[in-house]
Amino acid sequence: MVSDEVIKDILRQNEAMSGLVDTLGENDDLFEKGLDSFGSVQLMLALEERFEVEFPDSLLNRRSFSSIRTIRETVTKLTVGAAA
Amino acid sequence: MSSDLARRAKRAAAVAAQHADQVDREGRFPAEAVAALKAERLLGLQVPTQYGGEGAGLAQIAEVCCTLGQACSASAMVFAMHHIKLASLVTHGLTSDWHCGLMAKVANEQLLIASSTTEAGIGGDLRNSLCAVEATGDQFSLGKDASVISYGAKADVILVTARRNAEAPTSDQVLVALMQDQMSLNRTSTWDTLGMRGTCSEGFRLEAKGVPCAQILPKPFAEIAAQSMLASSHLLWSSVWFGIASYAVDRARSFVQGEARRRPGTVPPSALRLAEAANALQAMKATVLSGLRKYEGAQHDPDELSSIGFAVSLNNVKTTSSAMAVDIVQRALAIVGISGYRNDTPFSLGRPLRDVLSAPLMIANDRILSNTANLLLVQKGGGQLLSA
Repeated sequence: MVSDEVIKDILRQNEAMSGLVDTLGENDDLFEKGLDSFGSVQLMLALEERFEVEFPDSLLNRRSFSSIRTIRETVTKLTVGAAA
Repeated sequence: MSSDLARRAKRAAAVAAQHADQVDREGRFPAEAVAALKAERLLGLQVPTQYGGEGAGLAQIAEVCCTLGQACSASAMVFAMHHIKLASLVTHGLTSDWHCGLMAKVANEQLLIASSTTEAGIGGDLRNSLCAVEATGDQFSLGKDASVISYGAKADVILVTARRNAEAPTSDQVLVALMQDQMSLNRTSTWDTLGMRGTCSEGFRLEAKGVPCAQILPKPFAEIAAQSMLASSHLLWSSVWFGIASYAVDRARSFVQGEARRRPGTVPPSALRLAEAANALQAMKATVLSGLRKYEGAQHDPDELSSIGFAVSLNNVKTTSSAMAVDIVQRALAIVGISGYRNDTPFSLGRPLRDVLSAPLMIANDRILSNTANLLLVQKGGGQLLSA
């Protein structure tokens, strides 16, 4: 189960996002809020570790990780795929 | 490139070549070359046809960069930097009436666009700004300690990065277009360098007041940087460096052929070194071309443009081509020997060598490699020869 709370926990550990997490709506653009290239890779690594998935190259773009909602959808796509 | 565009580029390059040594010696703006670029109407090439331009793609601009790079590196780099900024306008400004009007002016009046990203206290990290847009009603003011604005004193328009507002984090940036008569520029540093002396990349205190908010590009700068600037910078700079390297190999070739004509029946020893230089030049060309093709394939696909694979590829084009360009010019110098070291022979390579030494430093390769290193922590790879 990919809950927004778990995603927020992961964002709290991200240097660029840590102070902002409680103010974030699910559609807020994380890149506009200060997520940079380094921070986004750290976020992807933390998500891969937490949800035991590997994002294929086709999902490693800005849109897949641009908001809490798109992160939930991106991770769900992979976890559902793995269960099927 | 159409033969018409090739002819126009060659005519402008001939003017640039004529003044290149003086531009270099005096460290002055290549005014004659830029006037020739305007006369040939090359500054509006990328502007869509409905706004009076020619709708040229990046590959055509790259070819002109290469042609100019063979004549005068500084003129070529000014042309490249102008078109990098224009690429941002064309890619991200079409939804804004004000910026469409600006594109029409660029095409009709052949306006020269400069860039202000670098800032005191931030350095070359273009994705952070300290200065901020301060809006009151429909207008804003902006003050920036711009530690480098290449040809800032000669530009008709400057595209400036700044924080969205005074409360925004340093990475929440916008890009604003300022016209020459809307800002004051006070020079804070000079540009006395080893090479690329004609880009006049001086520092300025930039102040603008009472500017309409419509001049702020509607897209966040983060998106502009990722989707148009990264690719256009690396590809157009690399095309300039390819032009410099190919000029140097041409000088070496001409030198070796002269030796061969003087000693019929033998292959001069320097021909072997020429073979190595030509080999390296071809590898460099393949690197730049594959980058241009990758960009053309991704151009209308924001997901691909913002993908990790695309950023890694384009970063590699920059680090590889900049290092190769230096190596190739040095190989050419070794072939022509003292004739190339002297500044007064047809084989002189001092100026191109000094110019091309800027390539690995202009956004330092270590900075780009560090960025690539970070991206490789998640990229999965498994690429094929003919795709990805």
